[in-house]
Amino acid sequence: MKLYNITLSNLLRRKAKVVFVILGLFIGIGTIVTLLSITRSMSVSLEEKLDRFGANIVMVPKSDNLSLSYGDIQVGGVSYQLNEFDEQRIGNIHTIEAKRNLGAVAPKVLGAVRVKGKEVLIMGVDPNVEFDLKTWWNIQGNKPGEQEVVIGAEAAKKLALQPGDTLELPGYSLTVAGVLMPTGSSEDHIIIGHLPAVQKILGKQGKITMVEIAAFCRDCPISDMVLQISEKFPGAKVTALRQAVMAKMQSIEMFKTFSYGISGLVVCIGSLLVFVTTMGSVNERTREIGIFRAIGFRQSHVLQIILLEAALVGLVGGFGGLLIGNIIARTVLPLLFPQMIFSGIDSFPAAIIVALSISLSIIASFQPARKGSRLDPSVALRAL
Amino acid sequence: MNTSQLTEPVNHLIEINNITKEYVIGDNTETAIRQMDFAVDDGEFVAVVGQSGSGKSTLLSILGGLNRPTDGKLLIDSLNIYNLSSEQRADFRNEYVGFVFQSFQLIGYLTVAENIMLPMATTGLSNKKQVQLAKNVLNKVGLDDKGDRLPDQLSGGEQERVAIARAIVNRPTILLADEPTGNLDSRTAGQIMKLLRTLNKEEGLTIIMVTHNSDNCRYAERIIRVQDGHITDNGLHN
Repeated sequence: MKLYNITLSNLLRRKAKVVFVILGLFIGIGTIVTLLSITRSMSVSLEEKLDRFGANIVMVPKSDNLSLSYGDIQVGGVSYQLNEFDEQRIGNIHTIEAKRNLGAVAPKVLGAVRVKGKEVLIMGVDPNVEFDLKTWWNIQGNKPGEQEVVIGAEAAKKLALQPGDTLELPGYSLTVAGVLMPTGSSEDHIIIGHLPAVQKILGKQGKITMVEIAAFCRDCPISDMVLQISEKFPGAKVTALRQAVMAKMQSIEMFKTFSYGISGLVVCIGSLLVFVTTMGSVNERTREIGIFRAIGFRQSHVLQIILLEAALVGLVGGFGGLLIGNIIARTVLPLLFPQMIFSGIDSFPAAIIVALSISLSIIASFQPARKGSRLDPSVALRAL
Repeated sequence: MNTSQLTEPVNHLIEINNITKEYVIGDNTETAIRQMDFAVDDGEFVAVVGQSGSGKSTLLSILGGLNRPTDGKLLIDSLNIYNLSSEQRADFRNEYVGFVFQSFQLIGYLTVAENIMLPMATTGLSNKKQVQLAKNVLNKVGLDDKGDRLPDQLSGGEQERVAIARAIVNRPTILLADEPTGNLDSRTAGQIMKLLRTLNKEEGLTIIMVTHNSDNCRYAERIIRVQDGHITDNGLHN
């Protein structure tokens, strides 16, 4: 016979009340887990979307020139010297410390060509990387092959080109593989071709004008990555496009705060439930506590018996709540946010939640347990 | 327990010196025990007899270290137990005192064997040793085959035997019994009293028994009669 035998036997005796408290903890912890799980799923889904959405780091050569645009107005007819990267050095991006967070690396060459008497911007890309990165690009036709191009919607209109047409450039003849559907951005005005072909057309063999980099942003140290890339390319201006991410993360943070608020409320209600039940149990057990004290149990022994009960109830409630919360979140998430993918809680927060359940149960039971253990044995024995 | 600084030289196992116990109830103070003096020697069987409300149960709880007297001194085995802390008194009860309460007071959700092992739950004895000791006392009280039963599956007499077994399992020096036959028929009461007498004679257990049943007194060596908190008679039983 050990003190825990008394605890276990008493829990088994008071099945209905124990189940009631455990159910209370199930609901409380389940609510917390559901909210946190939904928040996490939202966060993960958004981050994955952002990762898929495209580049979030841009690397361009540093320039001593000042910008020649104001608002949406660009001063036409003025050209200035572009600094460029050596194409062979672009591979160095993959040597940075945070290389695991690197997604797509999309180098580009840019330049102007004259087509049908008009100056047009032409961009050479690796179509496999670029079209994966720009998931919002819709093409009427096909991706460009080695001797093919895709034309932006506005450019196609102004140059009267459509898929299958031939684009005549000085010394080159390229086929229009497709027309990019309107994007509302500068891509509407450009011609996109295969990187080596465009480099040749522009006379920029082995040169890269800019690099767009997609970093996987879940917990990614984007500022560190910018710094690390800048160190590898001292002549480059590396910028993180954080604004969009930050705005969306902000709304998730607001929901997270709301979840924490609700969780706090649930914790209070759960504590009250455990407190009231334990207090009732201690009052019912006055006679028993009197016997324990009379036969030589110390106050600390009585405290141990009651708090061990609380810890066991908290443990079962915590695990059950974790399970139920995840099941609810998994069920509810597709109904509320059909586009989101369920992401359960990681093992560390899960362990914290179980620990929270145990602590909550112990803290709420502490006062009743102390009251029980401090019961004057002579007063307790008068109840006999 | 280091008790060297708490002990006083005495010749008796228990010495009660001028003990008074008052209860404050609202604005009134009621005196349950008034300046009581007596001593009990090692191996004695003493019956404390008195009407309901005469103060005998209060006396028993004071003797058991459960109820601090308002005034006076209690020495047990030279130890002034009310100079001990509450936790030290709990240890003292565990080692020195066995209680047999009115109405058995067994823990209903524990088996008979578990009830008997209860005082050993805090001693650090191995489960194997505890089971062995429980078997020994079950044998002593004649309930060898009832260890796995729950208390409510036993008769009143058997429950009283379990209560006695629980009280003696730690081999205490003193057994304090409060109306041990109060809920039993006269035949079963006689059996229980014989059991207590056997424990007193064969084990040398000092027994102080509170009772209002004069039949039980014939098993005791000495009778202390109590009335309104006073000792009216303290003499050897013929």
